[in-house]
Amino acid sequence: MATTTAPGTAAPAAGPPARKRKTVLGAPLWVGLLFLLPALVLLGALVVYPIGYTVWRSLFGANGSDFVWFDNYTEIFTGSDTQTALKNNAVWVVLAPTVTTALGLMFAVLTERIRWATAFKLVIFMPMAISMLAAGIIFRLVYEADPERGVANAVVVGVHDTFSESSAYPKAKPRPKGDLAAQKGGGFTTKATHDAGSPVALPLVGIKPDELSDAQDAKKPSSAGGEGLVGTVWLDFAKGGGGKPGEVDPGEKALKGVKVEAVKDGEVVASARTASDGTFTLDAEGPVQLRLPASNFTTPYNGVDWLGPSLITPAIIGSYVWMWSGFAMVLIAAGLASVPRELLEAARVDGASEWKVFTRITVPLLAPVLAVVLVTLMINVLKVFDLIWIIAPGSSMDDANVLALELYLSSFGGGSNQGVGSAIGVLLLLLVLPVMYLNVRRMRREARR
Amino acid sequence: MQAARRTRRAAAVAAAVTLALTAAGCGSDDDSGEAKKEKAPAKENSVSLPNLKGQKLTLAAIWTGPEQKRFTKVLDEFEKRTGAEVTFQPTGDNVATFLGSKVEGGQPPDVAMLPQVGVLHEFAKKGWVKPAGPETVAQLEKNFTKGWKDLGAYEGKQYGVYYKVANKSLVWYNTSIFADAGVSEPKTWDEFKTTVQTVSDYGVEPLSVGGADGWVLTDWFENIYLSQAGPEKYDQLAAHKIKWTDPSVTTALNTLAEVLGKQEYLAGGVKKTLQTEFPASITQTFAKEPKAGMVYEGDFVANFIEKETKAKVGTDAKVFPFPAVGGEAPVVSAGDVAVVMKESEGAQALLTFLASTDGAEIWAKQGGYTSPNKELDLNSYPDEISKKIAKALIDAGDDFRFDMSDQAPGAFGGTKGRGEWKRLQDFLKNPKDVKNIQAQLEADAAKAYKNAG
Repeated sequence: MATTTAPGTAAPAAGPPARKRKTVLGAPLWVGLLFLLPALVLLGALVVYPIGYTVWRSLFGANGSDFVWFDNYTEIFTGSDTQTALKNNAVWVVLAPTVTTALGLMFAVLTERIRWATAFKLVIFMPMAISMLAAGIIFRLVYEADPERGVANAVVVGVHDTFSESSAYPKAKPRPKGDLAAQKGGGFTTKATHDAGSPVALPLVGIKPDELSDAQDAKKPSSAGGEGLVGTVWLDFAKGGGGKPGEVDPGEKALKGVKVEAVKDGEVVASARTASDGTFTLDAEGPVQLRLPASNFTTPYNGVDWLGPSLITPAIIGSYVWMWSGFAMVLIAAGLASVPRELLEAARVDGASEWKVFTRITVPLLAPVLAVVLVTLMINVLKVFDLIWIIAPGSSMDDANVLALELYLSSFGGGSNQGVGSAIGVLLLLLVLPVMYLNVRRMRREARR
Repeated sequence: MQAARRTRRAAAVAAAVTLALTAAGCGSDDDSGEAKKEKAPAKENSVSLPNLKGQKLTLAAIWTGPEQKRFTKVLDEFEKRTGAEVTFQPTGDNVATFLGSKVEGGQPPDVAMLPQVGVLHEFAKKGWVKPAGPETVAQLEKNFTKGWKDLGAYEGKQYGVYYKVANKSLVWYNTSIFADAGVSEPKTWDEFKTTVQTVSDYGVEPLSVGGADGWVLTDWFENIYLSQAGPEKYDQLAAHKIKWTDPSVTTALNTLAEVLGKQEYLAGGVKKTLQTEFPASITQTFAKEPKAGMVYEGDFVANFIEKETKAKVGTDAKVFPFPAVGGEAPVVSAGDVAVVMKESEGAQALLTFLASTDGAEIWAKQGGYTSPNKELDLNSYPDEISKKIAKALIDAGDDFRFDMSDQAPGAFGGTKGRGEWKRLQDFLKNPKDVKNIQAQLEADAAKAYKNAG
């Protein structure tokens, strides 16, 4: 934020222009300069010199002694890392301030009407009291993939599961080298064909035997006394190992309610569900292939991949909004307090709806405050670093990259190329300048008023 | 290094704390030349130390918390034997930067623990560290194998003593899952694959991998590469003398894909794995309802199990050495090397003490520690597990190797979301894409090694 203070403090310090080498009070010029000196020295040492040196340093290579002209700039504009960073920065600058301001405006207008306004405002404002680092850690947990740990996914999964159920045996699978093989679109089909008369063994594994402790022991398939194609679906794994793969050993549990289909030339000719001892009887002659369709094994819904490559930036922006909408709300509420009541009353008397009053009167009157909030947030967002550094896991940090992070990474975080880092710093400065210019102009205008 | 990694998240906080502590610790080493040359009374000690009454020394190391507490006991013993006063100075995560700024400021600690070979070489080149004295060299001759001595030397001069090392070739497993699945500790890669498959058949995802932390993946790769391609190739790749596009790397990556490339072997699948941080990868393996059967990483896993879960190391959690992929099982290591940064009799004596069996034994008895000191009685370790870990390390003789990614420039081997860390995460996402991954690894490596000069 050093850059923001520079023009701000410089403007009042400059004061009215000196006439004829005399100050307004009639003291000689050097006295005036003497008083300015401490401020100038501080500004020079803390703001002007670092900026100048950064520009100078950005023209040198990694070791700081070889002059490379604009190579560093070429590198940052051609490198894929910086391009993602630039793109993400654009997303940030557009999304974060607008959403935050909009939410802040909403809260400010709404809290005007409610009885517990102060308490509500306090709660909304609370996240501001937390450091970015802590907020990052909080949201790292919120976005955790495991629904048992991450709140966001717990909600998503909870909502999803109320509408659709998962299957009985989501994790079941055949042994890798058996007769059953995975097919496209889920489910398993036998490689061999089977005929009625010879019982079929369909062994599955991948379910903890303890989870099936209530189930019956599996029964060996036998074709005695029946017609049709018979077989058994069971868990081919006894606790503690042992038993022959592919054979029903004592103690191995039956899988009940599994749908089995007989398939001939791609057509389902018969289907059945296994009984509680794991056996099934299909009304088919053969030769047919047997299929355990995917509906038996649909995996439970695991929620949204918040921290994955595609959602990471919006997810982090969400945490930023959580932090800063309180700030926006407080500023806007202060602005709202100074909106003349009689204008609103007049509109209402004239029969304007509340929505009209809001869009046509409240918002235009608040425009200067909204502008201040937006600009402040924009400057703030351009240098966002901590949230991304903390929230993004290493595997998707590339996708969440922003300029400030890239600056850190390339100059200190292993890249150890401070030339490139300085170049990014200069680029960031250039990006902040237009916003700064708007800010300064606005402040001047206000001072004149 | 492991401590650094564990707390990487809190780096900023740690840095701030360090600043405060440093300010307090400044100026603690003043005039102390007047030491009397009496020998301290020796009672069956393996090392004799001079009397340093009144001398004040500082020792800087990365350790905090229980590690610092245990090490303080070692320093206490030194103080008791010599009469010197030793102040422990925590360095924060970035040891090299911390020490660099101390040297620039004219206030180096008397003795420091450096976390990497690279840092030792860099400091030796700059003349920031002082060669070890004859007493220390004598201790090294007696207690250390050539491999460890050489790692502490630079251009023929002995500088450092590896005091605390990590064995990073261990697989930790949940004993109840192994028992229920009916498997035992595998010795070779093929046995390991069968074990993994059986645990998967049993209904528990076999492997928990902290894929969000890229260094976990580089450690996996290093173990396979060291065992499969052999120590010579390993050294060449570590120095970037052979390219990452080398066929040996292809083979190693394909081998790695045999277990890490299968969705159903990874706890929670690939996406979840890539967002699982190292500590979580341990806790979920040894939780009440375990999500995985095994977790690979170094000896420091034990601390996490003890601290973060209810499981007991030795009963609920056991360990086996990383299986042999090629002829020999790999031993990948890392460690903190003690060096003298300010020449004085006291500093040299402290270094000698750290090289001695007595110095190692004090911490060994407290646990959470592995020493490369081959003379140290394995019975000094408090439990079977740490004994086993130390034995595997000592048995490797000179065939152990230092963590490869720690030897590489930071941009390649030590940055979140960059270089080798990132590429191996990409590999986990797409294990069939070995060619492409190798090309990218090579491009990153070439750039990083060039920048590092």
